[in-house]
Amino acid sequence: MTERMTGAQSLVRALEHVGVDTVFGIPGGAILPAYDPLYDSTKVRHVLVRHEQGAGHAAEGYAQATGRVGVCMATSGPGATNLVTPIADAHMDSVPIVAITGQVASAAIGTDAFQEADISGITMPITKHNFLVTDPAEIPRTIAEAFHIASSGRPGPVLVDIAKDALQATTVFEWPPTLQLPGYRPVTRPHSKQIREAARLIVEASRPVLYVGGGVHKARASAELRTLAELTGIPVITTLMARGTFPDSHPLHLGMPGMHGSVAAVGALQRADLIIALGARFDDRVTGQLASFAPHAKVIHADIDPAEISKNRHADVPIVGDCREVLVDLAAAVKHEHNEGRRGDYDEWWALVGGYRSTYPLGFDEFADGSLAPQYVMERLSKLVGPDAYYVAGVGQHQMWAAQFIGYENPGSFINSGGLGTMGFAVPAAMGAKMGKPDATVWAIDGDGCFQMTNQELATCAIEGVPIKVAVINNGNLGMVRQWQTLFYDQRYSNTDLQTARRIPDFVKLAEAYGCVGLRCERPEDVDATIAKAMEINDVPVVVDFVVHQDAMVWPMVAAGTSNDDIKYARDMAPIWDSEE
Amino acid sequence: MSRHTLSVLVENRPGVLARVSSLFSRRGFNIDSLAVGQTEHPDISRMTIVVNVEELPLEQVTKQLNKLVNVLKIVELDPSQSVQRELMLIKVRADAETRSHVLELVQLFRARCVDVAAEAVTIEVTGTPDKLEAFIKVLEPFGIKEMVQSGMVAIGRGARSITDRSLRALDRSA
Repeated sequence: MTERMTGAQSLVRALEHVGVDTVFGIPGGAILPAYDPLYDSTKVRHVLVRHEQGAGHAAEGYAQATGRVGVCMATSGPGATNLVTPIADAHMDSVPIVAITGQVASAAIGTDAFQEADISGITMPITKHNFLVTDPAEIPRTIAEAFHIASSGRPGPVLVDIAKDALQATTVFEWPPTLQLPGYRPVTRPHSKQIREAARLIVEASRPVLYVGGGVHKARASAELRTLAELTGIPVITTLMARGTFPDSHPLHLGMPGMHGSVAAVGALQRADLIIALGARFDDRVTGQLASFAPHAKVIHADIDPAEISKNRHADVPIVGDCREVLVDLAAAVKHEHNEGRRGDYDEWWALVGGYRSTYPLGFDEFADGSLAPQYVMERLSKLVGPDAYYVAGVGQHQMWAAQFIGYENPGSFINSGGLGTMGFAVPAAMGAKMGKPDATVWAIDGDGCFQMTNQELATCAIEGVPIKVAVINNGNLGMVRQWQTLFYDQRYSNTDLQTARRIPDFVKLAEAYGCVGLRCERPEDVDATIAKAMEINDVPVVVDFVVHQDAMVWPMVAAGTSNDDIKYARDMAPIWDSEE
Repeated sequence: MSRHTLSVLVENRPGVLARVSSLFSRRGFNIDSLAVGQTEHPDISRMTIVVNVEELPLEQVTKQLNKLVNVLKIVELDPSQSVQRELMLIKVRADAETRSHVLELVQLFRARCVDVAAEAVTIEVTGTPDKLEAFIKVLEPFGIKEMVQSGMVAIGRGARSITDRSLRALDRSA
């Protein structure tokens, strides 16, 4: 198919052809030509956000909820630089998004023109790949390549920067284009020899753990994971990026590993003789001090990105491949071992880690003065809203409580900023998730610090008809930083008191100003009724100001830079590891 | 630490050198030398990168380089199985009295004199880094006024070519 049109028309046409239905963005000078044909598109809905950072996080939320590529659009210079944070966030968490930015006219590039920024140079280290397009004929092919790169292999952000004159010029639109990516060949098929070796280690191990990361859900391999887990009876731990990939209610599940993981998950890793890492990357928040991490374990490491394997921890059996193919092949190979009469005996292991799970469950203290414990809000949300909703968290204490105290049963139902730790992620990402899954209930769980970074997107939600629900866990402080000041800085609370207790801002009034319903809850006995009221409202966004006690802390905790062995399940309370050994 | 010579075949496109060099700096790897130029195929450029790293970081460098979409192929060249050369131009103080001594050294090192002035000569010399270092040492007493050095380029010995398969990949995608 070939047709004459402008570069801008060809951009919009290409977006339609790759299946884009939603674009989050803000127009401006250099991208303006693209917004004219976009105005006429019946297939692509453009959502006018209030800040480009919101557009980027919305694209991430959309991508994580749907599994499709999220798209954001901005103009040159400051429009593009405002996308830098969400692009970096998507890069760390392997979220497939395509960012389209206008660039000054090609003749002006390099002259410090008005609103000029070298956004392809700026985003080089935080994109999977990026493009600068100055020839209008290259627009369709570049868009096709960008979507292919973003969504295949290890997913990630791709930026396409298009010079204004390329958008204005007349060109020939050709579809489908031929991709020209000779250097891009992601390996998805695992090596059969490595699979056999992994199966052999699995049946020979006596203390194995399945360490499940975000890559398993990205490969849409939850069912295959469950098959392998149930076939072998190996304990499963799910990282922050994998919450929901394996049901929390499943008897094989030990919880989340890491700095705020469960004692059972952390203890199991430290005592394992075999770690089967699937789509996980041995992040420092999981390993703690690397030198003392899982000292007795051999490692099988499966990942679609070869550079992750043996990056932080040496892999005894490296497997490069898509996690779904790996899990299918691995289950078949383990079955073969079973048929040959070789089977792992993990009874003693379960006695130990099951003991950790029952002795050190997650818990929290109520406050004697009758004020609200944030963990209680999570427990009630989990109970009343249920596992079919999407929960989208910001970053900090509320994020950890959301990861710990909400029961996840469905893959991808917890969306948050893991690697980059971007405060302000929740509201725009929840908006994107809700637009991708309009029939689902979407709760943003935010802190009062995070909420004040990006709550302007409530205006977008109200105007565009995106009825998300926001639980602001309002402790009046930058809570996680305050927790560290309590524990490591002698309770010197330098610049963490946001004074939201003075109702500046008043989140209920703020919600109302944005055309949302604002509710407030300050006592445990009102939590259920408030959540029920929020659940009844489905035509406008709802913001609930949960005013909680400022002294609540996230436990368990492995202090930064220390060994996982030194985990505390409450302040100064260390688990007894070897009572049953 | 040990020196490794990587031959990196890349697509001949704007910005590829920046992608490669910034990857080295942001991952904390030091480049000893980098040379880039065309190959027998106009769509492919070849970079010769010398890095000073341990075995494990080298594996990480190679894997990270391979993730760059414009990188086609990476080969580590074993010094004993390859020819490795640098080019150097040196301007040395040489007057009527010392010029013949300098020219004698030029002959001994199989270098070439490319410019002669009343007080100085400019010499072109190619070779391994060791040879160039030795040459600098013998010229130092005369007074080195200026010198400039290229990055190392290297090619494997024997009939095999590392570009063959990458060319086929390019043809397929075109």
